[in-house]
Amino acid sequence: MDFLRPSTWDEALAAKAAHPDAVPIAGGTDVMVELNFDRRRPPALLDLTRVAPLTEWGTDGDLLRVGAGVSYRRIIEELGSRLPGLAMASRTVGSPQIRNRGTVGGNLGSASPAGDAHPPLLAAGALVELASVRGVRRVPVDGFFRGPKRSVLEPDELIAGFLVRPGGAQQFAKVGTRNAMVIAVCSFALSLSLETRSVGTGIGSAAPTPLRATEAEEFLSRELDWEARGPVPPSVAQRFGELVAAAASPIDDVRGTAAYRSHALSVLARRTLAWAWKGFREVGP
Amino acid sequence: MRLNCTVNGEARQADDVWAGESLLYVLRERLGLPGSKNACEQGECGSCTVYMDGTPVCACLVAAGQAEGRDVVTVEGIADGPVQQAFLAAGAVQCGFCTPGLVVAVHDLLARDSAPTDPEIREALAGNLCRCTGYEKILDAVRLAVQR
Repeated sequence: MDFLRPSTWDEALAAKAAHPDAVPIAGGTDVMVELNFDRRRPPALLDLTRVAPLTEWGTDGDLLRVGAGVSYRRIIEELGSRLPGLAMASRTVGSPQIRNRGTVGGNLGSASPAGDAHPPLLAAGALVELASVRGVRRVPVDGFFRGPKRSVLEPDELIAGFLVRPGGAQQFAKVGTRNAMVIAVCSFALSLSLETRSVGTGIGSAAPTPLRATEAEEFLSRELDWEARGPVPPSVAQRFGELVAAAASPIDDVRGTAAYRSHALSVLARRTLAWAWKGFREVGP
Repeated sequence: MRLNCTVNGEARQADDVWAGESLLYVLRERLGLPGSKNACEQGECGSCTVYMDGTPVCACLVAAGQAEGRDVVTVEGIADGPVQQAFLAAGAVQCGFCTPGLVVAVHDLLARDSAPTDPEIREALAGNLCRCTGYEKILDAVRLAVQR
């Protein structure tokens, strides 16, 4: 096995083009588990921890651009107020040791249906920036996932970062057996934009890929009293929960049953709606 | 491949390192530092916690090559500190397997926060599993280390 250690982004892209079978590694919280357990023997590892631009974030027009190598810990500490939904999800990732190393880029690269960063990125309508020696493309995150642990990432591409519009009210909730070290039984993220009067959703761990509940989004954006920010009628919250649950296609597995996941999703949808709307009513956009 | 890094303040070198092996393996099997324990190998248990460039990480999840040129501090490197003494005094050690990882995690917590609350202690130690003590005496040890 080779160990490729680029120190610049151009070197990293050249290395990936020359070694399309090389497995990129950043925090190692997924890749090293597969190596330690003999589940994977790639011909090469491509270490991205020395590529400085991956660990930077900044603005890109009216979007926030976050490098793929920014750790969960830094998302929480540095971007908590700008990306509250993603920060909430980041706080539920693993343990302090894991959050010190794990990255959102790695989460996207693994493309697990249970990835904690995915629902808030879906709810916020994030773009994933993919790069290769051929060029750069930005893919809406709801078109990024292709199946369990599969994405549209080409063999010569690397994930450069993600772009998201900050602002609005965001919430995230996750079901698991304890507060730390939990792979989601199911999770849900909600994003409400007063400016565009739009609703964003993201469902985790309840389908072959993380996904949006588009019908639920359309329903809620029609029904919410955006003008006066009046209370959400219980029937609307109820229907929103049902539509979120209906968008998922969960299975029975070691972490929970399909029926439980559907029920829990409808509860998480109602709760996050109540929290997010309360935030709007109290402090405004 | 050859690996160069600083371990506990000393420049160290390891040869014939396989690209897929972990920093934990290098520390234990190549550099003679068995303080960091090998248990779950998936970042769940925290018994291999070490500092890398000042940040606590699971050594089992760091590829050896990622440690090239980095500054690693293991439990051996902080062996004279008050945290171990507090663990002994409080009876927070039973089988002892989780202790090295907990010592590093507590060392880091106290370096960041000299007066952590109980929820903050629990949060800081959420990535370190102990199957013997039920954690109460570990919490006692942290409170004792804070007092001292």
